[in-house]
Amino acid sequence: MAIWLARLAIDRWRLLRPTADDTTHPDTPSYRGGRLAEGEGEDAAPVALIRETAHGPRIDAVNRAATQAGVRTDMMLADARALCPQIATHPADAAGDLAFLEKMAVWAQRWGPWSAMDMPDGLLVDVTGAAHLFGGEQRLLVDAQAMLARRGLTARLAIAPTAGAAWALAHHGPSRAILDTAANDPQEEIAQRLSPLPMAALRLDDDVLLVMRRLGLKRLGDLSGIGRDALVRRFRNRRTPAANPLLRHDQLTGRVPEPLLPVTARPPAMVQHRLMEPIRHLTLLEVVLGDLAAALVRELEGRGEGARRIDFTCWRVDGEVVTRRLELAAASRDPAHICRLFTEKLQNLEAGFGFEMMRLTASWAEPLDLAQVRLGETEGEHGTSLAACIDRLATRLGPDAVRRAVPHASHLPERAQRWQAPLDPMPAAQEEMAFHHRPLKLLDRAETIEVLYATPDGLPRRFRWRGSLHQVLRAEGPERIAPEWWRERGSTRLRDYYRIEDGEGRRYWLYRAGLAGDGRGGLPQWFLHGLFA
Amino acid sequence: MSAGLASAGGASRAEVSAGAAVLLPHDEWRPGSAFRGAGDIFAPGQEATGAALAIALAEGCPRVGPGKDVPPASSDERPFLWVQDNRAAKLGGRPYLPGLPRDLRHRCVHVRTKDAADALFALEEGIRCRDLAFVIGEIAGNPREMDFTASRRLVLAAERHGVPLWLVRLDARRDLGASRMRWDAVSAPSAPSQWNAQAPGAPRWQAELFRARGTRPGTWWISREESADGTGRITGAAAPRDGDLAGEAGDRSLAAAAPDR
Repeated sequence: MAIWLARLAIDRWRLLRPTADDTTHPDTPSYRGGRLAEGEGEDAAPVALIRETAHGPRIDAVNRAATQAGVRTDMMLADARALCPQIATHPADAAGDLAFLEKMAVWAQRWGPWSAMDMPDGLLVDVTGAAHLFGGEQRLLVDAQAMLARRGLTARLAIAPTAGAAWALAHHGPSRAILDTAANDPQEEIAQRLSPLPMAALRLDDDVLLVMRRLGLKRLGDLSGIGRDALVRRFRNRRTPAANPLLRHDQLTGRVPEPLLPVTARPPAMVQHRLMEPIRHLTLLEVVLGDLAAALVRELEGRGEGARRIDFTCWRVDGEVVTRRLELAAASRDPAHICRLFTEKLQNLEAGFGFEMMRLTASWAEPLDLAQVRLGETEGEHGTSLAACIDRLATRLGPDAVRRAVPHASHLPERAQRWQAPLDPMPAAQEEMAFHHRPLKLLDRAETIEVLYATPDGLPRRFRWRGSLHQVLRAEGPERIAPEWWRERGSTRLRDYYRIEDGEGRRYWLYRAGLAGDGRGGLPQWFLHGLFA
Repeated sequence: MSAGLASAGGASRAEVSAGAAVLLPHDEWRPGSAFRGAGDIFAPGQEATGAALAIALAEGCPRVGPGKDVPPASSDERPFLWVQDNRAAKLGGRPYLPGLPRDLRHRCVHVRTKDAADALFALEEGIRCRDLAFVIGEIAGNPREMDFTASRRLVLAAERHGVPLWLVRLDARRDLGASRMRWDAVSAPSAPSQWNAQAPGAPRWQAELFRARGTRPGTWWISREESADGTGRITGAAAPRDGDLAGEAGDRSLAAAAPDR
């Protein structure tokens, strides 16, 4: 069965808008579950969903009012505005549509054992041998249509022996079409029955469709009119099915199998305990947590995974639910480690009259191979691993406290490094220039210094920083660093950096913001930015 | 990496010449190879001396584990932990990647804590981690948590796990501490630059070792030079030298040469 959600993007947009009048009470008859019905409220006016392209905004989807005004998809927004000046625009959400489609694919498994996504707005469900559960294929289609309509989605459905034929019928055939082959040559019959459909029903790329139209082949039946050899020769170097009409036609008739990637829901690893008596004390809670962690680890081991994020949920007797969340720096399957990190977070748990149920869910897991546990090696003797150490630090100090500096392509000193999670991979970076001297430590903000006496070329001879006097004995510079004009305001001043050493051997990195008379403010100011080794 | 600390003071001349015999061949010698555990460095907060000396000493004293063979320093790719409490980070800034020694740049894991108690926790967790090359801590002032007990705890953990800890105390009084080596360091005028007489050269520090076990306390002028391949070498002298450092920085061990002066 092929399901074509013909207006997926605009339907999703409509369902996410608030209703016209929020005063509607759920008990009144006009209430529709808080969703905007088609042609009501904002949907009554022309609306287009746009995406940004290199040549300006382009229209991704339009509603019915806009279609009537002459707006089509893939138009430039400027052209659409000329046709329909009052059109309202909203950004398209392609990633959200894809995520929605994935959820729909799992949901559609109510009609068959497995389903596949058909990007960008379709679903394929295998209903072989399942239709009688709904009272026949016709009743199955009616049921599916009603269920989709109840969710507020416009859908076209078709059932056919092959995925390609079902797709063609859903997109270009009559409503709720069913193609059942009774003859002893089903391939021939499919080709025969689908011959009036347009060439676009073959799921071809746009440029191939153009070629076919130029060749004068407009309908599927036209393909059987010319010899198979001629088609093989014409498209002999097109390997992908979407570029080869013959391959697509063979898939449509079932002469060539078409592999599909099924969508399967994968529930996260979860363990829970119901307790005979509610517990109120931390020591007992830790015992239960230990049991749960051991069970969760066994479950993860069976899947070959390690947990990255674990949720610990406790149900209280009076109905309150308390949740504690833990994130790990690397995939882990060590129950002692998990328990230890959780105990850090359980201190301020409000027990009330006690907890009666507890659950541990590994909501984010990563593949982790089985590893040999070293005999006789304990943490006390041989120390913890780096990932465990970072977990412990991040749990107590917060995830932003443990960081690692990575280089970033910028000449501005404070932008030349960025901070990221310590175990994330290093981003690719260009080699920095080795002849530049950079300070060992950089102040979070450059601090103003008070220049007391300057040499004629502008370098301070004596300055005051944090209340103490410094006499410059040696200096090197300037190293001029221009502002990044592509991201900063035009009035940003350039910086001249100097490495200096004062009378007591303290080495600093000073800079002067701007030049006298550069037209970007008054006299240039001096700052201290870094401390050399 | 070759390195040496030498004292040419009259009292310690004999000890140094004995030490110099141990130094040669200097390629196989590492300063304080017997040193395990924790060291304190007291330094002013307005300069980066403390952190720089900590890095230099940590590079010179690679980690030795019980019964494990230590990889040579050049091939050591283990990360190191740099813990700063908030006050220290405000006082002296945060580590700056392009300014770190080249072989340490990609290995720095930085922890910033809100107070000294959290910093002590982070230091202890770092010491107990087997995958770290060394741990550097920076704590400003004399907070109440940083007492003798805390210091003793850190030192014992560092000795037990064999991870060197260099704790930099910015703007702090010399309080009680259990560390095996306690330095008091300030910056010293740098060596003359090889290319530009007006420019600051290789950094030097004047460091007073005021408490040590197994070594005689004294004052040294320590300098660190980075060679072309990114590895640094730390050298020490008992008196400030002017001008001769750049000329002598060849294959010859400066430490071995120092007593002859």
